Amino acid sequence: MLKTLGAQIKEYKKPSLMTPVFMILEVIMEMIIPLLMASIIDKGVNDGNMKHILLTGILMTVAALVALFAGLMGAVYGAKASTGFAKNLRKAMFDQIQSFSFANIDRFSTAGLVTRLTTDVTNIQNAYQMMLRMCFRAPISLVVALVMSFYINARLALVYLGAVILLGGCLAVIVAKANRHFRQVFPRYDELNASVQENVTAIRVVKAFVREEHETEKFHKANMNIYNLFLKAEKVISYNPPLMMFSLYGSILLISWLGAGMIVVEGMTTGELMSLLTYCMNILMNLMMLSMIFVMMTMSIASAERICEVLTEEPALKNPQEPVYEVADGSIEFEHVQFGYNTTSEEPVIRDMTLSIRSGETIGIMGGTGSAKTSLVNLISRLYDVQEGSVRVGGRDVREYDLEALRNQVAVVLQKNVLFSGTIYENLRWGDKQATDEECQEACRLACADEFIQRMPEGYNTYIEQGGANVSGGQKQRLCIARALLKKPKVLILDDSTSAVDTATDARIRQAFLTQIPDTTKLIIAQRISSIQDADRILVLDDGRIDGFGTHEELLAGNAIYREVYESQTRGSGDFDRMEGEA
Amino acid sequence: MAQPKATKGPMGHGRGPAPKLADPGKTLKRLLAFVMKRYAVQYILVAVCIVINVLASVQGTMFTKSLIDDYIVPMLGQSTPDFQPLLTAILRVGIFYACGVAAAFAQQRLLMYVTQGSLRDLRDELFSHMEKLPVKYFDTHAHGDIMSIYTNDIDTIRQLLSQSLPQILNSGFTIVSVLISMIVLSIPLTLVTLVMVVVMVMCTKYAASRSGRYFVRQQQDLGKLNGLIEETMAGQKVVKVFCHEEESIRAFDQLNEALCESACKANSYANILGPINAQLGNVSYVVCAMAGGALALTGFSGLTVGKLASFLTFNRSFSMPINQVSQQMNAIVMALAGADRIFKLLDEAEETDEGYVDLVNVRNEAGQITETKEHTGQWAWKHTHQADGSVDYVPLQGKVVFDGVDFGYTDEKMVLHDIKLFAEPGQKIAFVGSTGAGKTTIINLINRFYDIQDGKIRYDDINVNKIRKGDLRRSLGIVLQDTHLFTGTVRDNIRYGKLDATDEEVYAAARLANADSFIRHLPQGYDTMLTGDGGNLSQGQRQLLAIARAAIADPPALILDEATSSIDTRTERLVQASMDKLMKGRTTFVIAHRLSTIRNADCIMVMEQGRIIERGNHEQLMELNGKYAQLYRGNQVTA
Repeated sequence: MLKTLGAQIKEYKKPSLMTPVFMILEVIMEMIIPLLMASIIDKGVNDGNMKHILLTGILMTVAALVALFAGLMGAVYGAKASTGFAKNLRKAMFDQIQSFSFANIDRFSTAGLVTRLTTDVTNIQNAYQMMLRMCFRAPISLVVALVMSFYINARLALVYLGAVILLGGCLAVIVAKANRHFRQVFPRYDELNASVQENVTAIRVVKAFVREEHETEKFHKANMNIYNLFLKAEKVISYNPPLMMFSLYGSILLISWLGAGMIVVEGMTTGELMSLLTYCMNILMNLMMLSMIFVMMTMSIASAERICEVLTEEPALKNPQEPVYEVADGSIEFEHVQFGYNTTSEEPVIRDMTLSIRSGETIGIMGGTGSAKTSLVNLISRLYDVQEGSVRVGGRDVREYDLEALRNQVAVVLQKNVLFSGTIYENLRWGDKQATDEECQEACRLACADEFIQRMPEGYNTYIEQGGANVSGGQKQRLCIARALLKKPKVLILDDSTSAVDTATDARIRQAFLTQIPDTTKLIIAQRISSIQDADRILVLDDGRIDGFGTHEELLAGNAIYREVYESQTRGSGDFDRMEGEA
Repeated sequence: MAQPKATKGPMGHGRGPAPKLADPGKTLKRLLAFVMKRYAVQYILVAVCIVINVLASVQGTMFTKSLIDDYIVPMLGQSTPDFQPLLTAILRVGIFYACGVAAAFAQQRLLMYVTQGSLRDLRDELFSHMEKLPVKYFDTHAHGDIMSIYTNDIDTIRQLLSQSLPQILNSGFTIVSVLISMIVLSIPLTLVTLVMVVVMVMCTKYAASRSGRYFVRQQQDLGKLNGLIEETMAGQKVVKVFCHEEESIRAFDQLNEALCESACKANSYANILGPINAQLGNVSYVVCAMAGGALALTGFSGLTVGKLASFLTFNRSFSMPINQVSQQMNAIVMALAGADRIFKLLDEAEETDEGYVDLVNVRNEAGQITETKEHTGQWAWKHTHQADGSVDYVPLQGKVVFDGVDFGYTDEKMVLHDIKLFAEPGQKIAFVGSTGAGKTTIINLINRFYDIQDGKIRYDDINVNKIRKGDLRRSLGIVLQDTHLFTGTVRDNIRYGKLDATDEEVYAAARLANADSFIRHLPQGYDTMLTGDGGNLSQGQRQLLAIARAAIADPPALILDEATSSIDTRTERLVQASMDKLMKGRTTFVIAHRLSTIRNADCIMVMEQGRIIERGNHEQLMELNGKYAQLYRGNQVTA
């Protein structure tokens, strides 16, 4: 894990190195300064030596300035290294996600990816900065102070060693215990927030069922649970400061008592005792700091793990070694295709499917929920790879094509489609970056989007808000179709893309397809039979298998599912009783 | 769907530059009042503990000074040193220290209860208040912003209560006690120290304001970047389909660089506060040593060598708390901004409910209606007349009347104009029309998600305004356009419609909605956990669950808003059949795209731009040969 993350430091190695260097310099200065202070009092003030005060004062000022310089440099380098590291991490993840295939994307939720790119990176950034600035500083400061103490008086310094071992041991136990609690509480805390999110988005359902009190009660319970868990964790942590003070005060008293004895009996100097006492604070504070760093680091481990999940995820689809860049035509063949989203799941979604579509044909696809309509078309533009068999477009296996070339020739209008914030022109040009205004408008006319765009105050320059919030469902679908048309694809796939468009407009769009882009193979998934019945052929799917494939008339004559749907939609639902009698 | 969506501009999540607080003092006061109301005793005890703590450490500092002068030095001259006085002194100090340690422990413990308790109460209060807010609030506030109150803002409050406030109390007491000690020792040197403090404060202020400015910039940049990240992640599949990866990366890089730059500056300025203050503290020490030395040596102002030594120790412990306070300032400003947003949510007006007509279970024996607590399956409106307190029981039938209703989401723009409609009990009323014609809006008015501007809506001849909202909504089963499921098992989700439903009732409802078979195919059947709004189910399956959820509530009236839009036609036929069973005897309002599903409605309302332009049953409308006939023919197969 460290290796994966560490690789992202890249150009920030220098600041990452310089930060601890300057922090060490600062520490050294800070260790010298107390010595100078003691000297000012011992030799200057006590002896009435003004010259010594002046000289040492100047020396100390110089030391302070050096420390200031080192501190400032450390501060700036630390900021640079940590924010730069965060930037690289974000970029590495974002780039990686861009290389993900649909199968990879399915594994992570949108919210999960967003959290990783935002909160988790921020956590790592803070931990990294803390680490660079304190990880060397604190132990060095600790060790130097201990060494100095031993140099002054080894026997008295043993008291510190004892205190360090005692405090260190206790801190280790506390940190370990607290971490266990924190690891328990954080997932719960995330769940609590997830339930808030759920209530915010589903407020209409809550209110429609008059479940406000039920939800509040549920929240209250979860909240109470969080409270108790946090208390458990903090109870452990709350031993920290008193323990620290106990060690500090205990050491001071012990040193005072033993030191007094040594001065009186063995002739140790008072100045030495004073210096020893000064180091006391230094040693224990740094130990405390170390334990804090440790807590912070362990808390950020979860974040680091989540980031690594993204960074180490293998993109499921790879471009072939010597890719083909040209798609010959819009013909499509399936040969004994078997496909499942999960290799471990026992039931494949598509089973042994073989079919062949000629270039330029219009194919309607229908079938019940879960009959694998979407899965089928997703294989054509190689959004997923088949498990067995092969899918061929333009006579070649889709796995031989360069992915980008293939997807530019096979345009998909997804079921769950989105527009991005930007003008209508900008959204359209996703299909073709170089498209002229005229080409954009032409595509919109084809998709019957032109009419409503013209009515908008700023026409094609109207700003679409995030998620397409300011256009209606039907308008959004038409824009998405226009966007796909701009690719001038050889195969166009509409996955239930006109469901929110009224039937008359839907018919006009299909008519336009027929006359304007006759050479493009068109695959139309629809629930409305009117959307597909005039297609050249209609594919009826049932539970991952082909149930029927033929013209409207053929299917009407020979396919039970098709006839059933046709009749229910044309005769209206009023005839249910009779229809069920027939079935 | 004409509901105004929560407007999320490009700045949606950045929440803009930290808004200037109107009155930070007031916010702080209100926050403290919130805490004090619940934990006054504890917080006062915390303050007492802090004082004990400070005193223990100050007297410790005094002791180290007197240790040498008063105990060790006298003993040096004695032939048989008497350690007794030193031992007594150490024991005395030890007791003080023990008090300090005990106080520190008590402080931690108390503070833990105060902080976590306050946070728990705040969250509870936020949530229960939020549940009472009108739907409009959720339409007009970005969901990310609401969420951020629960996460980020609550977190800043935790920081404030558990760290900043105690730290400031501690530092305040320390500063005061040290200042007093310094004044007692030497006034001129105190003045010198204070001058240095002013310099320190000025430097701190400079760095803090610079860092503050960059922090605002950082927040803005972060907001922009987060917005882009959210949008791209949500549309990642579209990005793939259009091979738009490189453009996404380019846009991302630009914002990522900008954030890195401002974050670097903000952190740099925040980081330098520490070293600046520490070194200025050292300089202050040197200056005092020199000035003091000069004073002591000339004997001016009665400063002795011993006093100077003590003073210098105090000088050191004076700059430390100032340093600490300065480091807390940023946290405090952020916490107050957070508290401000929390209180703003708490101050939002709740959904008002001036209704006084209740829905009660009744027994109808020979035309005599009597109220009962049992589930009789029969309901009545209990109308308590305000004038004389007499009680009427009106049997619940499901008759709905709109009389000249005007409505707009904002007062400036009306969405519905002069809507009139009559739905007799048991009738099926359908709404058709293009997107944005106002179909969903009408339904939102029946269950009073919104209140109308003009006209009247009557339910069983009672003005809906007089009916308690909860009771009104309970009487209306609803399946919405956007299905929302909750984290929990499938069983829990169906039971949402009737919390005390037995397992048998759950299965029956599922069978009614034709959801039973697919549920039994799920890995854990009815106990399969749904997470993330039922993300592991298909759109159609989710809708079936939503229908089952409405079915189990067994309401007298039903609202189906495109309830079957995502179910394929075959499944829909099955659902439709069970729905017809469900609708039998119930007033039903249906919105549908597929005209075939509403052909058998008793009355079809054709809507256009907020008006009903045609009404009647299928035959009448076909005969009228207007918009409906046109739509229907477009939909119908002309083979």
